[in-house]
Amino acid sequence: MRAALASAHRSDWGVVFGTVVRLTGDWSLAEDCAQDAFVRALDAWERDGVPARPGAWLVTAARNRAIDVLRRRRTERSRLEALEVAAASSASSAASDDGAATDPGDELLRLVFTCCHPALPLEGRVALTLRAVLGLTTAEIARLFLVGESTVSQRILRAKQRIAHTGIPYRVPPEGLREDRLHGVLVVVYLVFTEAYAPTGGADVRDDLAAEAIRLGRLLRAEHPHDAETAGLLALMLLQWSRRAARFDPAGDVVLLEDQDRSLWDSDAVREGLSLAYAARRDGSAGWYALQAAVAAEHARAGSASSTDWAAVVGLYDELVAIRPSPTVLLARAVAVGMRDGPDAGLAALDALGRPAELAGTHWFDAVRGDLLRRAGRPAEALFALRAARAQVRSPAEARFLDRRIADLGLSRSP
Amino acid sequence: MQFISLVIEDPSAEPYDPALDNIQDWVREGTERGILLRGDRLRPVAEAQVVARRDGEVLVTQGPFAELTELVAGYDVLECTDLDEAIEFVARHPMARFGAIELRPVWPFDEEA
Repeated sequence: MRAALASAHRSDWGVVFGTVVRLTGDWSLAEDCAQDAFVRALDAWERDGVPARPGAWLVTAARNRAIDVLRRRRTERSRLEALEVAAASSASSAASDDGAATDPGDELLRLVFTCCHPALPLEGRVALTLRAVLGLTTAEIARLFLVGESTVSQRILRAKQRIAHTGIPYRVPPEGLREDRLHGVLVVVYLVFTEAYAPTGGADVRDDLAAEAIRLGRLLRAEHPHDAETAGLLALMLLQWSRRAARFDPAGDVVLLEDQDRSLWDSDAVREGLSLAYAARRDGSAGWYALQAAVAAEHARAGSASSTDWAAVVGLYDELVAIRPSPTVLLARAVAVGMRDGPDAGLAALDALGRPAELAGTHWFDAVRGDLLRRAGRPAEALFALRAARAQVRSPAEARFLDRRIADLGLSRSP
Repeated sequence: MQFISLVIEDPSAEPYDPALDNIQDWVREGTERGILLRGDRLRPVAEAQVVARRDGEVLVTQGPFAELTELVAGYDVLECTDLDEAIEFVARHPMARFGAIELRPVWPFDEEA
C-alpha cells in the first residue's frame, strides 16, 4: 500500500495539484488539497485497498476537498460553480471515478509551463516546479539548495502571489510563444536534474529526483518531437544518468569519467541517449543542449578516455563558447584541449581565461588547474592549486577525492 | 484584467529613430483589438509638480518626486485577458525598443491581497 502511495506521489502529485489550479485558479488551495488527498489516501487505501486508478482517486479527493473549502468560504461563487460542474460531469461520464476530465499529461504540461513562466524569477520557477509539479516538500527543496526552509517558503509564496496578481495564465502557451517558453522550461528541468544528480553545493545526490527530471524531459519531448533542443536536453540527461552506477566507488568516493568502469554504464540509457543526441543534431541544429548532448555522446561512444575523439569534443566546446562563453563551458574546453594537445596546451587555454569571477568561491578552477599541472609533471604547483581547491570544495565526496589527489602527488603534507 | 504600461526612457537602449517609430500602427491595432483603452505622452518633468499635504497645509513643489518619474515619458491603459497578451502587445511598442516599458497590473479596490 505504501509503495502504491509512493508511486502515486511520484506520478500523480503534479496532476492532482494542476487539476485544482485549473478549476480554481488558487495555487495555495491546490497545494492544500493535493496534500490532503494524499493524507486521506493513506487511511482509505489501507482500509479499502488501493483503487484501480489511484491517480483518478486522488484527483477526485482533491477536488472534493476544494469544494468543501470553497463552500465554507462562501464568497467564491464562480470558482465553486466551476468545480461543481467538473464534479457533475465526471460523475456522469462512463469513467465515473475520473475526476481529471482531461489528459494527465496535458495537466502536467500546463502546470510546468506556468511554473516556468518568464515573469517569475528563476529561483521561484525552480522552487515552484519542485513543489507543484514534483511534490517535494519545502524541507527537501531547502536541503537540495542548501538554503533555509523559510527561504524556500518565501520563494514559493512570492511565485504563487506573482502568478495570481500579474495575470500569468495557467496554460500551455499557444504557437508563436511556444518555442521560446519551451526553452525556458528546459532550463528549469536541467537545473532540477543537475542539482539532483550532481549537486553544486554539496547536497546529497538524489538519483530519484534526477529520474523525475528525465520523466519531465520525456513528456516535453513527446509533445515537441521536432524541437532539437528538447531532444538534446533529454539526450544529455540520459547520457549522464547512464553513468550513475559507475561514478562513485563502493566507498562513495568520486570516480572520474576517465577512470569509470564503462561496463557499469546503463546500456539502455546510453542507446536511447545516443539516438536522441543524433536526432537533436540531424537538421544541423547547434543549440545549447544539442551541443552538450553531442559532447556527452562523444564520451558515451568511446571505449575509453584515451580513445575519445578529443578533437571533436574541443570543436563542440568551441561552438558552445560561441553561443555563450559560460565559465563552466570554458573550463571544460580547457580540459578537452589538455586531452587533445597535452597538459601544457590545456594550461595555456586555462590561463587565457584569467580566473572567471563567476567561479569565485567554487573549487572548479583550482581543481582543473591542479590536475593539468599534475599531468604536466609540475607537482609542487599542482599541490598548491589542489590545496586551494580543497579549501573551497563543499561536497564531502569531492573533498575526499581531492585529498587522494593531493596524497598521490607524494609530496610532503606539511603546510 | 487591466494593466498600466509606463513608457520609460532608457539611455542604454538604441537611439531613437523616427523612421522606425510605428506608434500609429500600434495604437490602431490596440484600439481595434479592444485592448488599448487609452494612452498619451506626458509633458516633460520640467513641467511636473508634486502636491502634498503636511500638517494640514498643501505644499506644491516644482519638479518630479523621484528619479524614476523623471524617466516616465508616457503611459497606456490596457485591458488584456492575461499577462502574456499584455507582454506580447507592449513588446511591439516603439519605445520597447528605444526605451523600455514597465507593466503594472491594476489592483482593483474590491480585490483582496
